[in-house]
Order: sequence, then C-alpha cells, then structure tokens
Amino acid sequence: MTDKKISENQFIDENTVINNPSPQSIATSGSDIPRNGESRRKVDQTYWSLVKHQYRKNKLAVAALYVVLVLVLMAIFADFLANDKPIYCSYKGTSYFPVIKQYLVDLGLTKWEPELLNVDWKNLEFDTEIWPLVRYSPNGVDLFNNAAPPSWESGHYLGTDAIGRDVLAGLIHGSRVSLSVGFIAAGIAIFIGVILGALAGYYGGKIDLAIMRFVEIMQLFPAFFLIITIVALYGSSIWYIMIAIGLTSWTGNTKLVRGEILKVKNMDYVQAAVSLGLSNARIIFRHVLPNAIAPVLIAASFEIAGAILAEAGLSFLGFGVAATQVTWGSVLSEARGATSSWWLAVFPGFMIFITVVAYNLVGEGLRDALDPRLRD
Amino acid sequence: MTQYVLKRVLLFIPTLIAITLITFTISRLAPGDPTELKVGISGENLKADEKSLLNEQAKEYYRQKWGLDKPIHIQYLVWLGNMVTGDFGNSFVDNRPVLDKILERIPITATISIIVVALIYIIAIPIGIYSAARQYSFTDRFTTFILFVLYSLPSFWVATMAIVFLANVEYIKIFPTSGLYTLGSDNWTFFEKLIDRAHHLVLPVICSSLASFAFLSRQMRGSMLEVIRQDYIRTARAKGLKEKKVILKHALRNSLIPIITLLGGILPGLISGSVIIETIFSIPGMGQLAFQALIARDYPLIMAELVLAAILTMIGLLLVDIMYAIVDPRITFSKR
Repeated sequence: MTDKKISENQFIDENTVINNPSPQSIATSGSDIPRNGESRRKVDQTYWSLVKHQYRKNKLAVAALYVVLVLVLMAIFADFLANDKPIYCSYKGTSYFPVIKQYLVDLGLTKWEPELLNVDWKNLEFDTEIWPLVRYSPNGVDLFNNAAPPSWESGHYLGTDAIGRDVLAGLIHGSRVSLSVGFIAAGIAIFIGVILGALAGYYGGKIDLAIMRFVEIMQLFPAFFLIITIVALYGSSIWYIMIAIGLTSWTGNTKLVRGEILKVKNMDYVQAAVSLGLSNARIIFRHVLPNAIAPVLIAASFEIAGAILAEAGLSFLGFGVAATQVTWGSVLSEARGATSSWWLAVFPGFMIFITVVAYNLVGEGLRDALDPRLRD
Repeated sequence: MTQYVLKRVLLFIPTLIAITLITFTISRLAPGDPTELKVGISGENLKADEKSLLNEQAKEYYRQKWGLDKPIHIQYLVWLGNMVTGDFGNSFVDNRPVLDKILERIPITATISIIVVALIYIIAIPIGIYSAARQYSFTDRFTTFILFVLYSLPSFWVATMAIVFLANVEYIKIFPTSGLYTLGSDNWTFFEKLIDRAHHLVLPVICSSLASFAFLSRQMRGSMLEVIRQDYIRTARAKGLKEKKVILKHALRNSLIPIITLLGGILPGLISGSVIIETIFSIPGMGQLAFQALIARDYPLIMAELVLAAILTMIGLLLVDIMYAIVDPRITFSKR
C-alpha cells in the first residue's frame, strides 16, 4: 500500500508541468479517455497500475525506491536526527521540546527563556531527556574531538573533521541540499525540455528547426564545465546551483519529448481533438503530452541522479553552497587536506554513491516498467 | 561526401557565432566586477580615502585597458573580431595571451584523453560482446551489475579514496599523489622517464575512465543484443556457422556502428571531467587551468576555454559523422 503511494507521488512530483497526468487507459488511441478521478479508483486495468505491477517485479528497483524514501525522510527530519538540542527534556520541572521550539524561534513566534539562550544543552542537568540519534549539529564544533575517528563513546559515530564538526550530523543535514538540488534542478530541466520539445514536435517547421539547432549547440558545451562557470561567476547560492544545473541539462528531454510527440501527433485521437476545435495549448497539454511523457519520467530519475552528482562535484571543488552549510561534497573535499582522516573520504562519498545508485536504479526500473521494448 | 563535409564546415560559422554569443552572455551578465581583483592588494600604509581614490583610478585604468567601458555589443564584436584572428585576449591574471596559456596545456589533457578513450574502447567492447553473447548467464548478470556500480561511482570520490588509501604513507603508498613526474627526474634515461610518467598517470586515467567505460560497455552489450536478433544472424546460424564466427565476424561489425557515434557524447564529458580530475591530482592541463581561471574570475581565459571546448567537440562530432559514413555504406549524405 505504501509502496503504491510512493510510486504515484513519484510520478506526480516529477512532472508538475502537466497539471494532471491523468492515468490514461491502455486503449490510448481510442476516444474513450477516462475522466479524471474515476479511473484512479479502477485499479485493475489502468496504465499506471500495469506500470506499478511491472515495476514491482524488479526487486532491486523496489529496494531503490525505499532507499529514496529513507533519504527523503532523512532530509525532512534532519533536525530530529542530528541536533545539539534534545528532542524532549524536562528542565527544572518544566517540559521543553527544544528542537520544535527552535523552529518557532526561527520563525519569530516565540523566544528562548534567558536561562536557555545560547546554552550548551549537553551540560545541563535534566530530569528526563530524549536526545536525537546524533547529539551534534552539523556546524557544532567539538573542541575536544577534532579529527577524531569514528567512535561509539564520544558519540561521533562517523568521526569528526579537522575543526571538530560531526561527520554524521553533516551527512544527515547535507541530504537536504543534495535532494533539493536534485529535485528542483531536474524539475527545471524537465520544464524547459518538455515545453521546447512540445513546441518543436507539435508545430514542426521553422520552430522545430530553430529549437533543434539550439539543442545541438547547447550539447557542444561540456555540461559540468558550464555549470561551474555559471556558479563561479554568478555566486554560490543554492538557487544558482539549481538553475545552472537545470539550464544545462534540458537538451535530452527536448529531444525525447519531440520524438514522442512526433509519434502521437498523427494519431486519430489528436486529429479528433483538432477537429473539435480545441486550442493548441489544450491539445498539447491535455491530449498529446500525457501520452508522450513516459520517457521523460525515466529521464527524470536519471537527471536527479546527475544533478545530485553535479552538486556534490561543485561542493567538492569549493563552488558549492555557502561555506557555512555542510554538504556531502564539502565533507568529502575535506579529505583531500586531511588524508589521515580516512572517514572523511569514505562516508560522504558513499552517501553520494548510494543516492546516485538509488535514483539510477529507480530510473532503470521505470524504464523496464514503462516501455518493455527498451528492455535489454 | 565532400559536398556534405563542406556543408557541415560552412555550418560551423553560424554555430560558432551562437557558441560565442552564449559564452559572452554568460560571462558578461555575471554580477561582480573583474577589476575588483586588481585592486586593494598593495598600499597598506596609505590612508583609507587615499587608498580608495587610488583604487578607483586603478579600476578605471583596467576597465579601459580591458575594454569594459565600451557598450556591451561593441565589446562582443571586438572580442569576436579578435578571436577570428586567433587573439583570445590576455589573461587578467598575468597578462599573457590566453591562447598561449591554453595551447601549452592542451598536449597534457589531449594525451590523457586519448589514453582514456583508447583504453575504454579496447576494454569495453570485448566485455560488451561477451556479456551479450552469454545473455542472462551468471557472468552477464555479474558484469552488468558491476558496470552499473561503476557507472554510478562519482569520479571525485574514487580519486579521493585513491589518494587517501593508495597514495598515502599511512596506509599504502604505491602511487604518487600529484603532478606528472617526479621532481628531479630531468636527467633520468628516456625509459625511466616513461615509466615515471605512466606511474603518475595510472590513477588519473582510471578515475576519468570509469564512468565512460561502464557506459560504453553497457551500450556495446545493448547494440550487440540488437544485432543478434536480426534475420541475417539467424541465417548465419542456420547455415551451421560456429557461434564464435557468427558473433565475431557477422554480428560484431554492425554492432560497432552505433558505438562510434557515442564518442561524440564522451568527448565533452572528458573535458568536464578533466576539470575535477586534474584539480585533484594537480595535473597542469586544460582542466586545472579552467579551475584556476574560474577561481580568479579570469574572464578572457574562461571564455576561451568554453569556446575552445565547444569547437573541439564540434570538430569531433564531424569526424564521428564522417567515420560513420565510412564504416556503414548504407549511410549516404548526398541524397536524402
């Protein structure tokens, strides 16, 4: 059940462009396209339920989907997993939820009690306390444990860096940067790709020629080089990183969507829509695109992996988000200066690797499920 | 054929204009003033207002010298005009001609790229063939899995791990961490120098080839599987040819055709990868130069690198298309 939900969300998340990726019936070429909502209830024979069924056959892809889910949950609940404040504590007879309270303080809704402002929570004596998994925040400096190897006793389960920041806390919080860059950059790439691809494929002629020439020219540039150039010249904000990655990786999507649209453009149901006098925009977005979107979904998954890799590469080279923010790439790059701290090289790289593998596996699973012809 | 090549070469002109326009737009729309980097270094013993006045004068001087005071379209035309004559401007950092700085580094990056491309083709093709010929066997599944893992491995992670574990006196030190040759190797014999060079290149070459290698092997397997399904392969088998001969003689040739075109996609990837790999291993190639230029906001150098990378890719793609026509007689460019 949960499994089903995830895969549905996955589809909806990744093509926000199309306001309603209504599950088309398998008889797509007929005029009996089911109305929205109704068809989703009829689970047995819709296109997406068949896809889901196919996808579940691939155990590795299902496992990868769970890894993705864990990563997303980790990013959402990072503050509850690694924090220098307890989740719950009872201090001098009063109960506090410091992690949640910090959110409210940040929003300006409340203030810390003077005695709790800027305290080191680890030194307070509580009546009862519940701590996060890691008792350090990503930027918290542990002066007594710098460059410390992983150890159970110190609470630095994956060690610390040269100035005493906890590696595991950094990795947990770094997932936020990685995943948000991954999703938004891929979203931008898909948005541009789908719009340009749809225009090129649907209208053809000069528009097609112009767009395809532009695609060819963009593909001449080495993508990662272009990304670093944009980020290096425009500034190391997370938004610039997302935009830079998005703006350099849409070309494949354009080609895909164009090709798919050329395939469905002359089908009877599109002709029917034309003869009904529907507007071009409505025909493209309601009738043509939903039937041409499958390959884009597959590409989206690979693009998220690529964007995460690009972001990590940028951080690794020092062009990533602000220096105060810990990311997977920035922790990994510290290993270059501190080669005796092997844990700085192993763990962040492994996180990047696992994430990339997971999204690639989801992509392969989707490809096999959506288009059996593409299977090896 | 000649006509086609000529047409493609003529198409280079509008493409080149588009490439330069994109590059120019990116570099000039960027916020920040490159002249800022030239000021504020010296003059510590001056008063603050004297210093800022001097700084303003210095900035103005550099703005005029670099032509930044002219309208933006004039700047573009001047830059384009100079570029056509082979003048990419002088570096903002050391005032040397940008083209010289790049040209002296091209051999290093080109050597590494050629080794990488040769290596991945030589290893990937047999693996792909073997995997396809024994589809669904244990070996096939195993190699497919390993290739998938290799494909997802971030090159900079592999490089960092190699430096930490294989080039570190604390663990194992069998490779040098950086550079292209050992210091003081000038008066070694040629053979010793060659070995030394190769020794320094092992890690960079492996790190930059992993992903493309995995990609190519997978494509080779896919391409081979596609060809094996063709009728003429069934015919070859039906007439009693040995499987080895069917695969290596009849199927191989046609399955190689799509692999050639992939070179066009691998080239820009290698140039991008060289920025990371050369920076990690301190190799004085184009990639490291690009990295240094980006840190110093050395606009002429950045633009020249981007334009040259795109031009190299463009020429590479044309060569690939010509090769395509040579190996596959079914493809003709003259009449469509």
